Amino acid sequence: MWDYTDKVKDLYTHPKNVGAMEDADVVAEVGSIVCGDALKLYLKIDENDIITKATFETFGCGSAIASSSALTEMVIGKTIEDAEKITNKDIADYLGGLPDEKMHCSVMGNEALDKAISLYKGVELADDEDTEGEVICHCFGVTDPLIRKVVRENNLTTIEDVTNYTKAGGACGSCIPRIEDIIEDELHKIKNEPVVVKEKKPLTNIKRMQLVEETIINVIRPELQKDGGNIELMDIDGKKVYVGLRGSCSNCMVSSVTLKNLVEAKLKEFVEDDIEVFEVK
Amino acid sequence: MKKNVYLDNNATTKVAPEAVEAMLPYLTELYGNPSSIHSFGGEIGFEIDKARNSIREFLGADNDYEIVFTGTGTESDNLAILGTINYYKEKRHIITTRVEHPAVLALCQKLERDGYRVTYLPVNGEGELDMDYLKESLSDDTAIVSVMYANNETGVIFPVEEIGALCKEKKIPFHVDAVQAAGKIPIDVNKINCDLLTVSGHKFHGPKGIGVLYVRRGTRMRPILYGGHQERGRRPGTDNVPGIIALGKAAELAMDHLKQRDEISRLRDKLEAGLLKRFKNSSLNGSKKNRVPNTTNVGFEFIEGEAILLYLDEKGISASSGSACSSGSLEPSHVLRAMGVPFTSAHGSIRFSLSRYTTEEEVDYVLEVIPEVVERLLTISPYWDNEKQVGKEINL
Repeated sequence: MWDYTDKVKDLYTHPKNVGAMEDADVVAEVGSIVCGDALKLYLKIDENDIITKATFETFGCGSAIASSSALTEMVIGKTIEDAEKITNKDIADYLGGLPDEKMHCSVMGNEALDKAISLYKGVELADDEDTEGEVICHCFGVTDPLIRKVVRENNLTTIEDVTNYTKAGGACGSCIPRIEDIIEDELHKIKNEPVVVKEKKPLTNIKRMQLVEETIINVIRPELQKDGGNIELMDIDGKKVYVGLRGSCSNCMVSSVTLKNLVEAKLKEFVEDDIEVFEVK
Repeated sequence: MKKNVYLDNNATTKVAPEAVEAMLPYLTELYGNPSSIHSFGGEIGFEIDKARNSIREFLGADNDYEIVFTGTGTESDNLAILGTINYYKEKRHIITTRVEHPAVLALCQKLERDGYRVTYLPVNGEGELDMDYLKESLSDDTAIVSVMYANNETGVIFPVEEIGALCKEKKIPFHVDAVQAAGKIPIDVNKINCDLLTVSGHKFHGPKGIGVLYVRRGTRMRPILYGGHQERGRRPGTDNVPGIIALGKAAELAMDHLKQRDEISRLRDKLEAGLLKRFKNSSLNGSKKNRVPNTTNVGFEFIEGEAILLYLDEKGISASSGSACSSGSLEPSHVLRAMGVPFTSAHGSIRFSLSRYTTEEEVDYVLEVIPEVVERLLTISPYWDNEKQVGKEINL
C-alpha cells in the first residue's frame, strides 16, 4: 500500500477541475495509455496572459489524478510567466510529497504544463526544455532533455531516482548506461557552473546548511567516491563544518590534504568564502 | 466500522477461527520444543505427527515423512528447485513457464545468470500452457520441470497430470507450485505424478509463516539450509509448532469445505457475469473453463487499475490489480503480458478472488457500487467520450 498524504487522497477522491474544456485556448497531451499514464491539460488564457481556467483528463493511478488536479489548482490565476516557473517539485510539494516511486506523476504534470505553454506561445520549445529530443528510454519514450531537466531540478544522483521520477530505465533496463552518462554529465555541469549564490548579503543559517549539504552530496561525495572514499556531514556550527571521512579516505595518509584541497575548497567555492572544515575522527 | 468486503483471497486468507483456536495453546503454555527428550517438549512432537498426517491426507500422499514443513511457499519453491539441481549437478537445464510466481521465476532468472539454461514455456491468449513446446523442450540435460498448478492472477489451471506423466516417462524430477490450488480444488500427488509439490498455509485459511514441500519417497535432493535433524535434515530449524498445528487444522477444514466449491464458483460467476454485462469496456482475462472456482480477472479499458482499487477501497472492497502502478513496478503484470493482453486493458485489470467466507450479499454489494467507481474514472479519462459513452480511438 502506498503511503499517500491526506492531500493526495483528498485530490484523487475529489479531484478538482475535471473534464474537457470546449473553449480552451490550448490543449496539451503527454504520456500514453501504453505506458500506463496519460494527461490532457486544457488552459483558458486571457489577453493579459493570465490563466483563467484550467481543466484536465487523466488516465492513471491515484497519484497521477492528484498531481493533475494539483497542477490545475496551482496555475489558475497565474500569468504564463509565473506558471512557467512551476517545477515538478512544486507539484509534489503542493501535495505534501509523493512516494519516491510515484514522483514521475508530478513530472508528467510539469511536462504537460511546459508543453501547453510552449504551444500557446507558438514557439518551438527551447532546446533544454524540449520534450522532443533524442529518445533514451524506448520502453517509456523518455527523452534526453526531459531526463536532464528532472535531474537538474531535483538534484538527482542515482539511476533509481531517475527511474522514480521519469520511469526511464524501469522496464528492460538497456538504457541504464546512457542514463548514468547523463547524470554524470549533469553533475559535471553543476561543478563547472559559475557559483550561483553571489548575492553579497550574508547567508542565513538554514540557507548555508542547505548549500553545504547540497555541495557535499552533488560535488564532493562523487569526487571522493571515484577513489573509493566517502564523506559524511556530522555537524554545522555557524561557518564551521564538521565532517567524517569514510571508506578509503578514513585511513588515507593524505586525508588532511583532501580535507583542505577538496572539501574546504569546494565549500568555499559553492557556499561561502570563509567556511572552515574540520574532520571528526 | 468501515465495511470490509475481502475479495483478495489469492493474496492471503482469513485464518479459520478453528485453526486459531488449535494453535493458541502452543503460543502460550505448551511452548516446549518437540525435539526435547523430556515429556513437556517431546509430547508436542506427537501433535506435530497428527498435523503432518492431516497434510498427507490433504495432498493424497502415501507417507507422512513425505511432508516437509518450511517457512513459506517461497521457501518450498526454492528448496524444491535448488535442492534438486544441487543433487543433479551435471544437468544444466530447467523448464518452467513464463507465468510462474516470482518465487520460481526470480530464482530461475538468477540461475540463468549462473549459467543454467532455462526454458520459459509460453501460454496462449487464454493463459493456457503450450504443451507441444514442453514436449520439445524435455531433454537428458533437464534437471527439473517446475510448473504451477493454478495461476495466481487468472486462476487458470495447468494440465499437471499430463506433464507429470511426461516427466515420469523421461525420469525428470517434476515440481508443482500448488500454492494457488490448495484449498480451492482437490490435490492428489499420485494422480499428478509429481516428485515435489509446494503449498502455503496462509492461502487456505491457515496462518502466515508456514509452508509445505511434499517430497515423494525416493526423490533425490540436497537441503538448502544446514543445521539440526528436523524434517529428516531436509529443512533444519526448530519447528514452527503453532504454525504446524494450525496448518493441520486448516487442511482438515479445507478437505471438508472442498465440497462447497460449486457455491464459491456460483458466486464468482455471478460477480463476473455482472461486471462483463454492465461494462462495455470490460473483458475477461484467462480461460473460462479451466480455472479454480474462486478467481476472476477482469480488464477495464480506458481506466487504470490502481485508481480503481483506491476507489473500491473507499467503498470497503479489497481486490488487486495487475496494473503497473499498483505493483510499484512500471510494467503491467508479467502474466497478462505473457498472455498478450493489450496494454490498454492490462493497465486496468482487476482480480477478484473469493473464499468460503464470501457471501452473496458481498457480491451484490460489489455489483451495486462498482458502476459509480468505473464511471467516475471514465469521466476523468482522456480516452473516453463522455457524450457518446464510448472509448475514443487511440493512436499508439
